[in-house]
Amino acid sequence: MSLTIENLQASVDGTPILKGLNLEIPAGEVHAIMGPNGSGKSTLSKVIAGHDDYEVTGGKVLLDGVDIDELEVDERSRAGIFLAFQYPAEVPGVSNANFLRAALQARMPEGEEIDAVAFYKEMYAKMDELEMDRKFTKRAVNEGFSGGEKKRNEILQMMMLDPRYALLDETDSGLDIDALKVVAKGVNSMRSPNRGFLVITHYQRLLDYIKPDVVHVMSDGQIVKTGGAELALELEKDGYDFLKQSA
Amino acid sequence: MSSETATVQQVAAEKDDIGNFSYPENHKFDAGYGLTKDTIDYISKVKDEPAWINEFRHKALEVFRSKPMPTNWATEDLNAIDFDAIRYYLSDGATPKRSWDEVPPEVLETFDRLGVPEQERAFLAGVEAQYDSEAAYSNVKEALADEGVIFVTCSEGLKEHEEIFRPWFGKVIPVGDNKFSALNSAVMSGGSFIYIPKGVKLKHPLQAYFRINSENFGQFERTLIIADEGSEVMYMEGCTAPKFETATLHSAVVELVAMKGAKIQYITVQNWSSNVFNLVTKRGLAHEDAEIRWIDCNIGSRLTMKYPGVVMKGERARGEVISIALANDGQHQDTGAKMIHAANNTTSNVVSKSISVGEGRSTYRGQVHIPKHLKGCKNNTECDALLINPKSRTDTYPAISVKGNQHVTQHEASVSQVSQEMLFYMQQRGLSETQAMSLAVNGFINDLVEEFPMEYSVELKRLIDLEMEGSVG
Repeated sequence: MSLTIENLQASVDGTPILKGLNLEIPAGEVHAIMGPNGSGKSTLSKVIAGHDDYEVTGGKVLLDGVDIDELEVDERSRAGIFLAFQYPAEVPGVSNANFLRAALQARMPEGEEIDAVAFYKEMYAKMDELEMDRKFTKRAVNEGFSGGEKKRNEILQMMMLDPRYALLDETDSGLDIDALKVVAKGVNSMRSPNRGFLVITHYQRLLDYIKPDVVHVMSDGQIVKTGGAELALELEKDGYDFLKQSA
Repeated sequence: MSSETATVQQVAAEKDDIGNFSYPENHKFDAGYGLTKDTIDYISKVKDEPAWINEFRHKALEVFRSKPMPTNWATEDLNAIDFDAIRYYLSDGATPKRSWDEVPPEVLETFDRLGVPEQERAFLAGVEAQYDSEAAYSNVKEALADEGVIFVTCSEGLKEHEEIFRPWFGKVIPVGDNKFSALNSAVMSGGSFIYIPKGVKLKHPLQAYFRINSENFGQFERTLIIADEGSEVMYMEGCTAPKFETATLHSAVVELVAMKGAKIQYITVQNWSSNVFNLVTKRGLAHEDAEIRWIDCNIGSRLTMKYPGVVMKGERARGEVISIALANDGQHQDTGAKMIHAANNTTSNVVSKSISVGEGRSTYRGQVHIPKHLKGCKNNTECDALLINPKSRTDTYPAISVKGNQHVTQHEASVSQVSQEMLFYMQQRGLSETQAMSLAVNGFINDLVEEFPMEYSVELKRLIDLEMEGSVG
């Protein structure tokens, strides 16, 4: 079981961004993708999630062996793909609790309602883990949130929606060290043999707290180097200059 | 044999559209097509009306004929109304039943399907259910009647309570206020007359439901609510009609009178089908320390023109209009508010939120009038528009005339759009595009909906979800 990306090519407004990318994330593993700005890291996560702005011009994404090319964004979500956004959108007037409830309700079989009591109990437990105030449930989704609150909210949603594969796009950006630790704790608590993670980050810092099994380096729309956790440390020390040399 | 399957003519099978069903017509009284003096005499005769009302109607007909269509400022679409192709009075008789058991089966079934008797049992102090031109059912809880609360049809009010009715009737909204108030005055039928005695505060709302069942028909209910000194009442109205091929006209007049220190709250949740011209005049008169609040939710119709108003006649009177309008494809919601300050230290508040979906169009027209000789008046006006698609349209025409310098007024307007990024975010969490749109729309109006009684906020949410279905993609 894995999230498998085969020779993926995608462009936006006719400009190719992903240029034949290959990647396999088996369930149970945490993979990190690092790379310089503009290498296509965020594009990769959006293409996997099915964003309309990106045109897939070749290759495929297989979710546990099934090609998801034909699936809409929401169908991919319900099939088990979760994207923690670098810049989560605001949804004015919709409370966090109602939003999460609607997202969970969308996963229920027709005619079945989620159990409100069980829902709140579970949400409160997860909020406690993430050190979030109870008042948070009544606030509108991401509206007026600090950077740290937004990222905690992404992790809370991930914990509640219980995905098969989670893509974390620059989850460390805008976080101070304490918030980073809390967010990492949440992610680590979700690690399981049944779940795969793709952690996209520019800096090694996050990987001190979320230990990856595999680290990939991305450049110009392709994976150019793959290694163990130690690769992240090398990159931190030596930077991405080697990419220029090899080019 | 189940009467449900035997008599129901389900108009829309593919979509469970609330209210979109009709029953075969079966009217004892039918004024026929077109509007003449004979039409008026026919209505007066069926209703067995006093002469003064018949005269009132005839004068109103002249005013109606003398006034041009207001297309100099309003939409040309008004010219599509063919007054000769409309029937002005359809009923089984002018006396409503006091028990649902006596209501004709198809009428009972209609209101059952709309949930009216159920709501009555659950939380209402009194109900009137109008079917085409007349109320089929009207009843108020006995305990309230014992306190002197009057809740009857307008026809009953003018005959049986003339001494209370007549001094205020047509005073808040004169016949010639506009072309459609004149039309209503000529052919009015149905609607409510309510009187709340001094100091009586109703804990539960009174409700009226206006149902159009017949094609090529005009519904012209007339409502007058008088809240005597220190009394309080909440009145709610719901409206639906099936979707017919031809245009249907709904043109009501609603007058509210809040005496010293009284409070009236008037809530409308209308869900007209998209063939209805909905041209309604609503105004309240607030005396000293009185408060009138309109909560107005306009969903559906081909064209709605409605600008609820409050004339603040006594010192410290307060007026408020809270409105939500949703214009879908082919619909135009032309709504707003009128706040007329006529005494010192009066306060008004207008909050309007409109949603335009597809090629729907919403227009806000607001009038705030504070004359020079007054002092200490306050107005706050907020109008926010949400556009769902690139082709959706919204316009705002605020007219704020504030003279003198001892007043506080504030006006804010905003236009926003459901962004692609917001939709992507919600869909990434598993919501379909339609669910995401519905949630965004409900979020947009959420702060207003929180002001509603719970039963109505649930209903409104359900209506919005239905409207959003099939409106995206």
